[in-house]
Amino acid sequence: MAKIHVNTTINGEPTEFLCDPNDTLLNVLRYNLELTGTKEGCGSGDCGACSVTVNDRLVCACLVLGAEAEGAEVGTIEGVAEANQLSVIQTKFLEHAALQCGICTPGLIVSTQELLKENPKPTEEEARYFLAGNLCRCTGYDKVIKAVMDSAETLRGEA
Amino acid sequence: MAVVEYKVPQSLEEAVAMLSSGDQATKVLAGGTDLIIQAKAQNTDPLVVVDIKKINTMMGASIDGSGLTLGPSMPCAEFTAREDIKAVFPGLVEAAYLIGSTQVQGRCSVGGNLCNASPAADTIPALICNGAQCVIVGPNGERTVAAEDFVTGVAQNCMQQGELLKSIQIPQPAAKTSDAYLRFIPRTEMDIAVAGAGVSITLDDAGVCTAARVCIGAVAVTALLVPAAADALIGSTIDDAALQAAAEAASAASKPITDRRGTAEFRRHVVGVLTKRAAKIAADRAKEK
Repeated sequence: MAKIHVNTTINGEPTEFLCDPNDTLLNVLRYNLELTGTKEGCGSGDCGACSVTVNDRLVCACLVLGAEAEGAEVGTIEGVAEANQLSVIQTKFLEHAALQCGICTPGLIVSTQELLKENPKPTEEEARYFLAGNLCRCTGYDKVIKAVMDSAETLRGEA
Repeated sequence: MAVVEYKVPQSLEEAVAMLSSGDQATKVLAGGTDLIIQAKAQNTDPLVVVDIKKINTMMGASIDGSGLTLGPSMPCAEFTAREDIKAVFPGLVEAAYLIGSTQVQGRCSVGGNLCNASPAADTIPALICNGAQCVIVGPNGERTVAAEDFVTGVAQNCMQQGELLKSIQIPQPAAKTSDAYLRFIPRTEMDIAVAGAGVSITLDDAGVCTAARVCIGAVAVTALLVPAAADALIGSTIDDAALQAAAEAASAASKPITDRRGTAEFRRHVVGVLTKRAAKIAADRAKEK
């Protein structure tokens, strides 16, 4: 199987990698590039643990081929913090203890960032619908939603 | 995963050539929300994928006085954000919005939903009730197939090897026409239709229905156009008696199965209820036009 040479941008950094035609973007991130913040949950697009952005659109990295990243801008959890400073959303997830095992957390934070970019003042219902593709089997979502709503308020400068 | 080769055509001609050549199974890759899952399944034969997303016409949509020309691979997230399309075909946009999660919406497309040909696909009844036409390009040129004839069975469509769905065209509806799509799922989000109904209604100035199309989904091998349900609405003011007659016609036309998502009896009943409610919504929308 001939390797494919892919030129892409990941978290703003020009990046190149070699992959097989059957490599998913998720596997490329985790194994080729050692960006292991993006998690594999179901591998079938149901759980959202592998949520990343491709050209500013939220997607499941397990349902994208690595080869499709050619020329694209990919955003992962590793790009959320600024240097050593956690983002507001990351801080709020910690403050509200919105995680237990942590497998869903990178995906939830990437998705929350996209939600608040699109809708800075979501209702709780809107937030729950937007995040319905991010499954969490630990928290029962209550603390997650509190962290999301608090993040939104803080980012709007209201808290 | 079974993908052994990844190809990126820059034009429709190149795509058709790639889809026509070779001994190995070749599939079109658009959003991949169905294809990549299928390719990951065990015992899948080696697969060549042709990623058609670099072909601009596959990804865009335009709407003007003659109707909607939709690039089949436009991600639903982009499609459902198009207020110009929503203004004319609110039911179709709602159907597209119901597919999967936010993440899936970022990749899935109306054309992919159609080609994947699931009996429970949400956009198919909405396309059929709006009289959508499928423009197919292949080694022998172009042909156009009505959406109701495009899907031929469970996960089967009318395209031959080498053919590609080039665009979906929906003619501009008559004045005072609108549509609606409803489905039943036991959850509120992220689920597959147990039954669905798409309805398009045209009213005259007196509020009398002059034309209608009713299409039901997830209650047969393919989505079914139900002329008897449309006939029950035409000539009426979409009153309760007409709605009840349409519901009964839809239930009678359905050929549901019993599976883990619902019994045949339940589906037969619910598809009638959905038809009635969708017809009411479409009529209320048509009045506003």
